Amino acid sequence: MSTIVLGHADPHHLGGLHAADHAGPASKRIVTGYGFWIFLLSDIVMFSCFFAAYAVLSGQTADGPKGSELFDLRSVAAETGCLLLSSFTCGLASIAADVREKTLFQLAMALTCALGLAFLSLEVREFASLVARGAGPTRSAFLSAFFTLVGCHGLHVSAGVLWLLTMMAQVIAKGFRADIQRRLLCFALFWHALDIIWVALFSVVYLLGAGQ
Amino acid sequence: MSDLPLEPHATDVAPGDEGEIQIRARILGYVVGLGIAIVLTITSFFIAGTDLVWQPSIPVAIVVLAIAQMGVHLVFFLHITTGPDNTNNVMALAFGVLIVFLVIGGSLWIMSNLNQNMMPMDQIMQMQR
Amino acid sequence: MFGKLSWSAIPIDQPIPMITSGVVALVILSVLAWVVLAGHLPYLWREWITSVDHKRIGVMYTLLALVMLLRGFADALMMRGQQAVAFQAQGYLPPEHYNQIFSAHGTIMIFFVAMPFVIGLMNLVVPLQLGVRDVAFPTLNSVGFWLTATGALLVNISLVVGEFARTGWLPYPPLSELTYSPGVGVDYYLWSLQISGIGTLVAGINLVTTVLKLRTKGMNYLRMPMFCWTTLASNLLIVAAFPILTATLAMLILDRYFGFHFFTNEAGGNVMMFMNLIWAWGHPEVYILVLPAFGIFSEVVSTFSGKPLFGYRSMVLATMAICVISFMVWLHHFFTMGAGPNVNAIFGIASMIIAVPTGVKIYNWLFTMYLGRVRFTTPMLWAIGFMVTFLIGGLTGVLVAVPPADFLLHNSLFLVAHFHNVIIGGVLFGAFAGYTYWFSKAFGFRLHEGLGKAAFWCWLIGFYVAFMPLYAVGLLGMTRRMQHYDVPEWRPWLLVAAVGALIIFAGIVFQILQLVVSIRHRVELRDRTGDPWDGRSLEWATASPPPVFNFAVTPVVSGADAYWAMKVRARRDGASDQSPDYKDIEMPRNSPTGFVCAFFATVMGFALIWHIWWMVAAGMVGAFATFVVFAWRDHDEYVIPAADVARIDQVNVDARRALMSGAV
Repeated sequence: MSTIVLGHADPHHLGGLHAADHAGPASKRIVTGYGFWIFLLSDIVMFSCFFAAYAVLSGQTADGPKGSELFDLRSVAAETGCLLLSSFTCGLASIAADVREKTLFQLAMALTCALGLAFLSLEVREFASLVARGAGPTRSAFLSAFFTLVGCHGLHVSAGVLWLLTMMAQVIAKGFRADIQRRLLCFALFWHALDIIWVALFSVVYLLGAGQ
Repeated sequence: MSDLPLEPHATDVAPGDEGEIQIRARILGYVVGLGIAIVLTITSFFIAGTDLVWQPSIPVAIVVLAIAQMGVHLVFFLHITTGPDNTNNVMALAFGVLIVFLVIGGSLWIMSNLNQNMMPMDQIMQMQR
Repeated sequence: MFGKLSWSAIPIDQPIPMITSGVVALVILSVLAWVVLAGHLPYLWREWITSVDHKRIGVMYTLLALVMLLRGFADALMMRGQQAVAFQAQGYLPPEHYNQIFSAHGTIMIFFVAMPFVIGLMNLVVPLQLGVRDVAFPTLNSVGFWLTATGALLVNISLVVGEFARTGWLPYPPLSELTYSPGVGVDYYLWSLQISGIGTLVAGINLVTTVLKLRTKGMNYLRMPMFCWTTLASNLLIVAAFPILTATLAMLILDRYFGFHFFTNEAGGNVMMFMNLIWAWGHPEVYILVLPAFGIFSEVVSTFSGKPLFGYRSMVLATMAICVISFMVWLHHFFTMGAGPNVNAIFGIASMIIAVPTGVKIYNWLFTMYLGRVRFTTPMLWAIGFMVTFLIGGLTGVLVAVPPADFLLHNSLFLVAHFHNVIIGGVLFGAFAGYTYWFSKAFGFRLHEGLGKAAFWCWLIGFYVAFMPLYAVGLLGMTRRMQHYDVPEWRPWLLVAAVGALIIFAGIVFQILQLVVSIRHRVELRDRTGDPWDGRSLEWATASPPPVFNFAVTPVVSGADAYWAMKVRARRDGASDQSPDYKDIEMPRNSPTGFVCAFFATVMGFALIWHIWWMVAAGMVGAFATFVVFAWRDHDEYVIPAADVARIDQVNVDARRALMSGAV
């Protein structure tokens, strides 16, 4: 077996490249959080397609109404306020979960939920009024892209509310167990990420659209 | 998952985690984040509706403010930092942002170029009628 | 009550799908009957269907791929047969049926053969190579597999109930819009891809996290086997590209179901936006498939040349460069569709640039073999066959990356020959190499070498006979997807191509034979040492098949080619008599979540295709309930006591000692 002699522990001469040895598998909290982080990035890439479609199609109104004729910036400002505050209360809930304050946690989560629902109701009202004015998603390519982009964010918020309620129930039933803490970490990431998407949304769709 | 003792990893932290920081400081972080976010939002809404600034600068300003606000959210709410314990999180984020720019920028560039070179579809259809 | 579904959906008047589905149904029913009557059902449920073990899931992915390969290849044979006889005649396949066949062939081969094949191999091998006990998210892994299987099931249901898309493997609008494709074919396509796409995304997230966060002690990035690197790159691409597919197909769904105007001809819709977005996914997709194959070849070439991989760092760089550049070339799939010369030129140049890192890899493999003691085993034959074949495919790829040339070759059979050249010669050869190479690791016995070599030669020769004529006939001006033709010059080439398909068929028969013979002779072919090929990476450091916990004591790595270094050390220092320090091992418990989820996804997908809205709602509630029930369980892990670990490991330790002392 003379080939064995050829082999040595560092065939690619990488010894100097990495001084410290890898410490081994990461903790479950890091693994779970990182996996969810990757999911969020993929979700953001999905949103980027809807943004791209909106950007390309926003001029294609098919002689129908333009954005500046449709958007009500006061309602958008109210929606933005709801989401920003809900991000704050969601942050308080994460802190409460870390120090295992059950009441404070449930209170903060309930507030987050209420703000999320307020946001959703404002959005539903906006959509309903658009459809009632004959500016539904089937009217033009611009409106198709608009409803899809904004609606997709709304669906994410709805899913977030469902998740939020499930987490509140889980904390009541099981307390702040390690696996539940990991899920809360993921939920907080999700909720804050939705906020970031909303920032892009109100800037690109509503504010830029209102100026056109 | 592993039978190795899960010693705290100094080199690694979950996205969204802040490490060992006091409660007061954490709450303060969220308050500051919310404050900056609200200021940026209000500025955006104000600029969009105002006649006080040079009109062509408005879209640029809105985009810049939006990017700034996203950064604020990332730092204060998602706790993404440039520290060594965050390398993986930031690398993943950078890759994601690159893809987002490629998809949106590429689509806009390609489609505007196509529209310059080709007649829009509805006009072609009308010619065929 | 049942939406668009009625008895007329079953194509009783068409003999081919009816007979085929009858035979398939008979086979499935008899297998099921055998399983139930022989009492294997509890075993199957306990050990496979609810398993969250990455090795089991990997095997099931691979099995799905092999079964679907038979379906996809049957389609291929029918197409080759049709084009062989349809000279100035209608042939034996009516156009609407022929169109469904080429659409199904492409869809199945990419999404339900190539994807599950490479994902299966990554699932099976990567945790072993990283020296860890499981992937990052074992239960989600099972969910991902079962959702992929759901997609495959829905595509195959379309054979019996309704129809499949007639729009090609990518449903270009406006043909795929409701106006021009009012049937359920496109809906079958859309929903099976949406569902399996979620499964793929889950698998991608899982494997990225596994590689980045779960490596054994000392497994630094630059000590990982090359297959782990290509797995990382490929899965990063999955995570970044599959959402684009999901979004694009969602827009087409909205067009078809709710009258939106993304890609319609009316109301400002823009069909070009579909081409743009679908290829922004589609080009990374080909690298998602081929990068794992590159990793497999790296492992195989290095093992059977008895040398460390040449130019490891350049290989890592090339892999990551491909990972990024693959997102910058997508326009070359629609050069001819109206972009200006500046855009075409830039994407053409980017497409040529991406050939550079691939070229680097070819040289690395060649130099790994150079001065090595090359053993011409079946996996090595696949690797060498790949290098020659893929080179030709790559060069024709650079040719069509030149926009003016592409204007001549676009949508011709030259293009069909090119992408079969890289996908068969690259992805499939790689998957077969990996299948032969790691089969013993998964099952504890090797595959029959002689039959494997026979299969390889049939595939290789069959490939050249089948696809080289397509290059020629493409240059003669024949476009793809022709149901019949009138040009006499094309005929001889198409007849030769049909013969090539038959030679490939012989290769597949040899592969089936190889599997059957190997199972019958499993005692002689048994792999007692766990290291049948004199391997270099950690998957060979454990028994074949590995115990459920993979490693009794997780290995500590101090350099690249970790297992090779261990062997060198053991031979130099002598095997230590010390018994390792066994500890209790926690492993994730099995869970039916994936299977139940897939059941509801199947119900929901089928209901969506046929517009049965109450059933959609039921499926959705069921899927959510499944997740809540899963989230509510209190014990997600079980403990294997140290004594049991020691007992299971003893066999492996004894075999290793015998191997190290040269008794083998």
